[in-house]
Amino acid sequence: MKIVLNNREEVFEADQMTITGLLAAKNFTFKMLVVKVNGVLVRRHEYDLKTICDGDDVMVLHLITGG
Amino acid sequence: MTISEQISNYLKQFTVGIAGCGGLGSNCAIALARCGVGKLVIADFDIVTKQNLNRQYYFQDQIGRLKVHALRENIQRIDASVNVKAFDMKLCVSDIVELFAGCHVIVEAFDKAEMKQMIIETVLMQMPGKYLVTGVGMAGWGKTDIIHARRSDQLIICGDEVSEVSEQLPVLAPRVNVVANMQANEVLDILLADFKPAAF
Repeated sequence: MKIVLNNREEVFEADQMTITGLLAAKNFTFKMLVVKVNGVLVRRHEYDLKTICDGDDVMVLHLITGG
Repeated sequence: MTISEQISNYLKQFTVGIAGCGGLGSNCAIALARCGVGKLVIADFDIVTKQNLNRQYYFQDQIGRLKVHALRENIQRIDASVNVKAFDMKLCVSDIVELFAGCHVIVEAFDKAEMKQMIIETVLMQMPGKYLVTGVGMAGWGKTDIIHARRSDQLIICGDEVSEVSEQLPVLAPRVNVVANMQANEVLDILLADFKPAAF
């Protein structure tokens, strides 16, 4: 499948994957995250349930301290 | 009237919320006040310390004062016509919705990652359509070229998204100011979307 991840096209072998699967595939190991799929916030407890499919627009933001 | 004066007059109609008055919030608020934004809603629970003066828009004689009161004073020394609503409080989910409901744009200017996550989730879930401009990653020095802005619907992210504050990597004036002023610049871009300068 082909998705848009953080405004860039990315291709994955799998036809679909969960948020947890995507984070593992991209090696995103951060604790503090905000994830949106097609403009809708996905909460942490939904990471194992929410499925990403071909054509989806995914935003992953890693929050870090400082300001 | 010059374009600059027209912009200043046009911006009088807008209200911007600023969540946190540290390195990001104090500097962003000053930039917006200088441009002419009519009303600023600022919130922070902290007081000014000597250690803050390496990056935050406060002065030695303000040490020990509430940041929101010191910042209101500094803004009004620049432009007394800016309406500043100052809230001395640590913001929680319901405060954010209540305090910033009337704001055209909200600036996230917290220091802690969990507070940044909290306000982003709150605005996305409870304030649909509201613009939120966040600052993520600005510790250290140099590496100006990796600081960027990216947009995801009404969420705008400014910073390098990698440089976390630590004992070895403090937050210093130049880099936090770059990000604070990028945030102010993104706010202006939103507020001026329908601005049409009159011929002169």
